[in-house]
Amino acid sequence: MINSSLKQLGEMLQAKKISSVELTQTFLDRIQQYNPSINAYIALDEGKTLAQAKAADALIAAGNAAPLTGIPIAQKDIFCAKGWQTTCGSKMLANFIAPYDAHIITQFDAAGAVNLGKTNMDEFAMGSSNETSYFGGVKNPWSFDRVPGGSSGGSAAAVAARLCAAATGTDTGGSIRQPASLCGFTGLKPTYGAVSRYGMIAFASSLDQAGPMAKSAEDCALMMNVMAGFDERDSTSLNREKEDYTRDLSKPLQGLKVGLPKEYFSEGLDASVGKVIEAAIAEYKKLGAEIVDISLPNTGLSIPVYYVLAPAEASSNLSRYDGVRYGHRAAEYTDLMDMYNKSRAEGFGAEVKRRILIGTYVLSAGYYDAYYLKAQQIRRLIAQDFVEAFKKCDVIMGPAAPSTAFKAGEKVDDPVAMYLQDIYTISTNLAGLPGMSIPAGFAQSDDGVSLPVGLQIIGNYFDEARMLNVAHQYQQVTDWHERMPELVLPKEVK
Amino acid sequence: MEWEVVIGLETHTQLKTNTKIFSGASIKYGAEPNTQACEVSIALPGVLPVLNKEAVQCAIKFGLAINAHIAPRSVFARKNYFYPDLPKGYQISQFELPVVGKGAVTIQVPAVGKNAAYEKVVNITRAHLEEDAGKSVHGAVEGMSGIDLNRAGTPLLEIVTEPDMRSAAEAVAYAKKLHELVQWIGICDGNMQEGSFRCDVNVSVRPKGTEKLGTRREIKNLNSFKFMTQAIEYETRWQIETLEDGGTIQQATVLFNPDTGETRSMRSKEEANDYRYFPDPDLLPLVISEADKAAVKATMPELPEAMKARFEAQYALSSYDANALTTSRDLANYFVATVDAGADAKQSANWVMGTLAAKLNAADTSITDSPINAQQLAQLLKRIGDNTISNNAAKQVFEALWNAEGSVDDIIAAKGLKQESDSGAIEAIIDEVLAANAAMVEEFKAGKEKAFNALVGQAMKASKGKANPAQVNDILKKKLS
Repeated sequence: MINSSLKQLGEMLQAKKISSVELTQTFLDRIQQYNPSINAYIALDEGKTLAQAKAADALIAAGNAAPLTGIPIAQKDIFCAKGWQTTCGSKMLANFIAPYDAHIITQFDAAGAVNLGKTNMDEFAMGSSNETSYFGGVKNPWSFDRVPGGSSGGSAAAVAARLCAAATGTDTGGSIRQPASLCGFTGLKPTYGAVSRYGMIAFASSLDQAGPMAKSAEDCALMMNVMAGFDERDSTSLNREKEDYTRDLSKPLQGLKVGLPKEYFSEGLDASVGKVIEAAIAEYKKLGAEIVDISLPNTGLSIPVYYVLAPAEASSNLSRYDGVRYGHRAAEYTDLMDMYNKSRAEGFGAEVKRRILIGTYVLSAGYYDAYYLKAQQIRRLIAQDFVEAFKKCDVIMGPAAPSTAFKAGEKVDDPVAMYLQDIYTISTNLAGLPGMSIPAGFAQSDDGVSLPVGLQIIGNYFDEARMLNVAHQYQQVTDWHERMPELVLPKEVK
Repeated sequence: MEWEVVIGLETHTQLKTNTKIFSGASIKYGAEPNTQACEVSIALPGVLPVLNKEAVQCAIKFGLAINAHIAPRSVFARKNYFYPDLPKGYQISQFELPVVGKGAVTIQVPAVGKNAAYEKVVNITRAHLEEDAGKSVHGAVEGMSGIDLNRAGTPLLEIVTEPDMRSAAEAVAYAKKLHELVQWIGICDGNMQEGSFRCDVNVSVRPKGTEKLGTRREIKNLNSFKFMTQAIEYETRWQIETLEDGGTIQQATVLFNPDTGETRSMRSKEEANDYRYFPDPDLLPLVISEADKAAVKATMPELPEAMKARFEAQYALSSYDANALTTSRDLANYFVATVDAGADAKQSANWVMGTLAAKLNAADTSITDSPINAQQLAQLLKRIGDNTISNNAAKQVFEALWNAEGSVDDIIAAKGLKQESDSGAIEAIIDEVLAANAAMVEEFKAGKEKAFNALVGQAMKASKGKANPAQVNDILKKKLS
């Protein structure tokens, strides 16, 4: 049951083979068993969760079930959920109980889904290993001494370890796709503007986008049907007609043009990862896809551009955490300035402070033109690269991350090495394009551990249905997405 | 050395919308603290701004009213600084691309001393939309500062002029004109006590005849025209004295203290914030089409300039009268209502701007609250016109109307103010006066013109003021010729 697809779970629930309460309790039990080791969840509230499950059972009994009714979903702790502790992985918000629901929480509630708990994440979504969380690192279920990726590391570990039926994540520079790659599941970052950002705690507003993290493309499509859609409370939400993301899943891929950007297969890519990606491409050829060589010449600029723009927006977005109205306030202070200084110094971790400093610097008088404006210009060039590329192909494929999961602590003192984790994912955020990562196989680590590798699929604007189709067809002929890690608990926890 | 003061104004005009500029919270003044602070006003984690279309319409109205360029695309920017009443740690404003560009306002500078009144054009640099901050409340809780976020997010239009004004009188004339205009077009309630219209005044001085601008100091948050005059005059004197004593002016922000009548520095340029403006990624650029402008234009009232020209043509009023009557829409409406009720236009203008204005002013009442409505005033003027009462008697009727003693005709009857216009009766009175004042008659005949007026006076007195003075004049002339 824990490995069942959302569709199967929905059918079982509606056929009353299992109740939502039973299903939810199954996951809660697994969480109780494994979460102390994995640390995927920050907040759990069995009372609230089971009450939702009961309500879902009532909906099902009344014949009012929607596809996700009664299914327990883990929510990244970046989404405000009324009455839930909502921390964004930070000490700054450790005491914050959200008094309102994010748009996607409202959407899941309306669909009758069950909120299983709030998942761990890098502090304010800044990180690629989940090691910046105030609530501690998260174990990669495939190898407990390795990181799950980040920033949606808790959701990633929860999906991989089957501690939820599916989860939500957010992706500002790769925070859904890189952990999906490192933990071996399917994650989709939709087109910017497809999912409302209302109630999603902002990191870099022009890049942030919420998306599904689930076992398969089909599951992601069902999640998107709930999450996506216009919301007038988000001015950057696009007013488009509601679509059914499952509609094209079964289309054959004959004649699909797959672009391979040469920049995604050059130095920096781990050879063992490269091999897995090549095998996946070969599989696509068998499915009738045509391979086209393309170039995204400004790829190398994406990380420097991102680390100007994202911190610039973050430095401003995080100004509201000042200790005045909510969140952490220093216990003692002499005056207003001292209160600001101490509250923020105590409330934020090192990576968040680093980015606030960078962002403040690049927006300062005298530096704005050289950094912020220049970065915005290059951002347009990067987007233009994709416009050119999509003239030659339907989807773009490549690795989602340059390596498999690395060991905890390995890159924690080398921010640039950490930032390079997102080299293949950041461009799509800068361009606003949708991207996903699907399980494509395993690579052997230096110490002999078999670790998942993700294939990235990048689509054109609002082409999620086609991307999900491309992923689903691959998942019809492969079983990588069904592989589950064997969870070996440390002895003292057993 | 002779000095010249150079003044520019930045005015924060609170827009008369139903809700805040980026959220659905109410902006009603005077509510209990933080009862109009929704999740967006408090800047909870995850909230987002959505632009209020009403505020945009207000900005378009203003742009149209001053013949300004209205930007087809303008951009909201974040002005970053920390302050407890600024919940997001930044204010959403407009920086590089404001919604309203260059325009102009024509002002009437009143006569001061031996300087005659004159007209002047003040150029508007720009006007941009932004949100207001909340308020810090000190002392409500012993030893603590409180924050009231009811005002946070209130829509403002900040209107910036060129440094075109050369005296406190010009600055105040501009501020008054702007104050009238924003109320006229219905975008601001103009309530200065409640902070709906606040002026920051940039003042610098330079030797007369030179071009280069002196270093300016900005007087913040003036909320009355009286304070504005005092503050500018004090600041100007202070700057001139400082320079004449060999000092220099440092760019600074200053506050005016109404109790001492002095300005004092709040922060110098060195202490000024680097606001790190950048386009707000949560808001799309504001796009205004020709059709949007046309739609707003269709809802606009006749503007004061146009109405003034119409009054001159339609009612044969002088430029001065037409201008005075169009200083506010309420005043103009009152005048038109008086004329529409049958009163003579010129006479209506005189009474509305003279007797009525003086009385309203003395009673500190606005024309909309006038105890005498336009129909009553028109009735009074008609009774002067048809010779029922004299001008003098009319003043008494006016007083009685003000005190709500009844209708015009009732008052005339009750007070016996009806004018005597029967020539036979007047002749009889005059005959008596002439008989009783033979000496005066002699004086007149000897060439003393004054004696004639004295005889008129006697006749009026004899009629207890009721005789029609024009008839008294005519008959007396005939009798003495």
